[in-house]
Amino acid sequence: MNARDAAKPEQAATPEGGRFFVPEHGEGERSLVCRAQVLDADDMRRAHTRIAHEIVERNHGADDVVLIGLYTRGVAVARRLAEAIERFEGAAVPVGVLDVAFYRDDIGLRPVQPLGPTEIPVDIGGRVVVLVDDVFFTGRTIRAALDALTELGRPRTVQVAVLVDRGHRELPIRADFVGKNLPTKLAEDVRVRLEEIDGEVDGIEIWGPAEP
Amino acid sequence: MPDDVLVKGGRVVDASGERVADVLVRDGVVIEVEAQLEPASPAARVLDAAGCVVAPGLVDLHAHLREPGDEDAETIVTGARAAALGGFTAVVAMPNTTPPLDDPAVVASVLAIGRASACDVVASGCITKGRRGEELAPMHELHQLGVRIFTDDGDCVADADVMRRALEYARSLPGAVVAQHAEDPALAQGGSMHEGAWSSRLGIQGRPAAAEAIIVARDIQLAELTGGRVHFLHLSAAPSVELVRAAKRRGLPVTAESMPHHFTLTDAECASFDPVFKVHPPLRTADDVAAIKAGLADGTIDAIATDHAPHVPQAKEQPFEQAPPGMLGLETTLALTLTELVEPGVLSLADALARLSWSPAGIAGLADHGGPIASGRPANLCVIDPALQWEVDRARLASRSRNTPYHGRKLTGRVRHTILRGEPVVVDGVAQR
Amino acid sequence: MKHLLAIDDLSRAEIDGLLDLSESFIEVTQRDIPKIPALRGRTVVTLFFEESTRTRLSFETAAKRLSADTMSFSASTSSLTKGESLLDTVQTIEAMGVDAIVVRHPCAGAAHRVAQWVDASVVNAGDGRHQHPTQALLDLVTLRRRLGRGGFDGLRVVIVGDIRHSRVARSGVQALSTMGAEVTLVAPPTLLPESLEGWPVVVDDDLDSVLPEVDVVYLLRIQRERLAGALLPSQREYTSRYGITVERAARLKPDTLIMHPGPMNRGVEIAAEVADSPASTVTEQVANGVAVRMAVLWSTLGSGGQIA
Repeated sequence: MNARDAAKPEQAATPEGGRFFVPEHGEGERSLVCRAQVLDADDMRRAHTRIAHEIVERNHGADDVVLIGLYTRGVAVARRLAEAIERFEGAAVPVGVLDVAFYRDDIGLRPVQPLGPTEIPVDIGGRVVVLVDDVFFTGRTIRAALDALTELGRPRTVQVAVLVDRGHRELPIRADFVGKNLPTKLAEDVRVRLEEIDGEVDGIEIWGPAEP
Repeated sequence: MPDDVLVKGGRVVDASGERVADVLVRDGVVIEVEAQLEPASPAARVLDAAGCVVAPGLVDLHAHLREPGDEDAETIVTGARAAALGGFTAVVAMPNTTPPLDDPAVVASVLAIGRASACDVVASGCITKGRRGEELAPMHELHQLGVRIFTDDGDCVADADVMRRALEYARSLPGAVVAQHAEDPALAQGGSMHEGAWSSRLGIQGRPAAAEAIIVARDIQLAELTGGRVHFLHLSAAPSVELVRAAKRRGLPVTAESMPHHFTLTDAECASFDPVFKVHPPLRTADDVAAIKAGLADGTIDAIATDHAPHVPQAKEQPFEQAPPGMLGLETTLALTLTELVEPGVLSLADALARLSWSPAGIAGLADHGGPIASGRPANLCVIDPALQWEVDRARLASRSRNTPYHGRKLTGRVRHTILRGEPVVVDGVAQR
Repeated sequence: MKHLLAIDDLSRAEIDGLLDLSESFIEVTQRDIPKIPALRGRTVVTLFFEESTRTRLSFETAAKRLSADTMSFSASTSSLTKGESLLDTVQTIEAMGVDAIVVRHPCAGAAHRVAQWVDASVVNAGDGRHQHPTQALLDLVTLRRRLGRGGFDGLRVVIVGDIRHSRVARSGVQALSTMGAEVTLVAPPTLLPESLEGWPVVVDDDLDSVLPEVDVVYLLRIQRERLAGALLPSQREYTSRYGITVERAARLKPDTLIMHPGPMNRGVEIAAEVADSPASTVTEQVANGVAVRMAVLWSTLGSGGQIA
């Protein structure tokens, strides 16, 4: 699941990139309260580092790897992963950004707005593309991303890296690298805060309906 | 002959003043105007006029009845019915039909159909053959059929020499008046609305107020030169009002009429791009509206006419610039006058009725219309409920067409009964034929 | 956004949203496969009562790159000549099941009328002298790509030429001033609107005094038939007073941009050398036109919600 699914509507005007946050299931209509902070800033730093290591390990190095972040928070996560890999591998990993809005299967069912231009700095043909998002949920965002990728080139392999897997898949898609598995209820939201986007200290929280 | 008609309980208003009186009508003629009259026979038809104004039938100097040629939009019979419902007992039919009223045979056929309709239909005649503005139409032959108003309405007689000769020739025809559609075609050409801030913003070619005022100024000079009577149709612009005012002050034989849309609507309406607001001369600015009202108030403008101009729906289902000009008027003119002029105090009720009845009757030389309501006079009457509130619904108009710009507008005052030569043609707001 | 009929329907935020969206589509148009499935299954009809191959192609290309189906209807092949009203024509087309109607018409307000009659989205592709909103938007995109995001505030733009008859000028003035630019009009008085009441512009008679001050020179196409007659004495006189000749271009600031909606009359309102100079944005305007029209079609049909 994409970050926008978890965002509050009033976050719509963040300074960088996140212009159009629209809740996928109309969460904006309900009033949710924060149930728990499940990862703090240190946890998130460790999760990024671990995923970065796993990507390099799985692919026997970072030579062919291209990280492609999905708007909006996936982009920030991808950049952090690239920095981590560069730190311990000493090689820069190209980072692309991808907007899957035009490939979604719910166009016309709900408001869908593009989040920004797609930018892929290298030819992805024959390379290892790692799609990066913050929260993995129904799998529909990744499906749209796979469609978008096929029009941009033919990667040798495509992998998926996410900070949080909250379950409730609606498609036969799995993640290759997961920061944290987080069982949730459908009615709940997973909210990811990233300093470079939200201007606040990193954290991941579960929000849910106020108990009566 | 039909039975007596007694109009009971109303307030009689005509050029001689007003009084509470009942009006007894027999054989098409007013027999008695007295308080508390009783029907002479049990068969007499009593029309309730309690709370109403009993006035001479209204006279419209300017209606397009579309017959012959465009009977899908209106016929003489449907137009006359709409007129009767609007309180009119006489309507001057404009000559821009197909064929035009430039030929005695065509005029005679219009008059023949008119005789069987709910309102007296008075034919106008063309000034020039085919309304082409070149050669004079057979004005004497038309005059012999009763035509008094000569006009090429729809088009301006642009050629000053042709206009001069028409005014000269009309001098030999008693009661004849040359009525001008005052818009210089060179200036108005291609225009679909008033030229000004709105037309500039909307990108619609305009028709400047000067196009009207230039012809008004010119024709005043020609009236002075020839001694012929000129009548200005549908005056719409402030400078034209001022020109007519000055001409009257000098005693020139000049009269003028204005339409409700020119004292109730402005060019801002055109921003909707709905061609129901397209009319020639065009809706103008608030300043022009104020000038028209002032002209009506001080008598510079003699008459309120309708410029009833029906169009089939598909004609207006076009972009603004491609749609033909014109809007309905017969069924809303009285109510608009009462609501927009009498209620706010621009005109007294008597002055409003003067502009709608006896003044236009005088211009058109219609001795049987316009009152006064007195014993021995032809019984052409309308009974107006001045307090009745109603909403214009284009679907419920008697006209064949639907192009009223007032759809949905709430108005005060409506015709209750209309009596044409002693016959109730409208009773309680319902047309009888 | 249900329809796009006129620039004055849009707020600054909405225009910004459309410009941002256009950036996304510019990236798409630059791909090897410049096509996305965004409007798959939707049908866009171009309904042109006035020939304009460029605009029609631009809209059809935009629709196709969004994977919409396209139909085209033009006055020459239409039943309009048989006396059918615009309403009849539009209802017939809508009955075929279209999602968006792109209307070009020689009369002002035609697209507004169509929008009142149909459930489909309506995009105004030029209505008489009234509006040409997608042209205004593509001009803004072109400017923003040259100047950067904050580039509109205080930007000094002079629009030169036949303002009176120009829908490009009417929508352009509104778009530029909404975005914060300062607009000056320079035109022969016969080619200025009769009234400029309410226009956020200043008028200057002397092009040569204006040129060294401005950041953008926007030239309008002058119709050949207006170059002689009651409006203008001659082409020579027009070009000598209002044309951007090589000499005039030399007096511009080095970074002044020269824009033209096309098609250009080289040698009349713009010298060929100027049209082809790096200051000229003419080809960028055309290229950006497709992306802007994709953004407009997406906003009316695909987004399912509000812009911005």
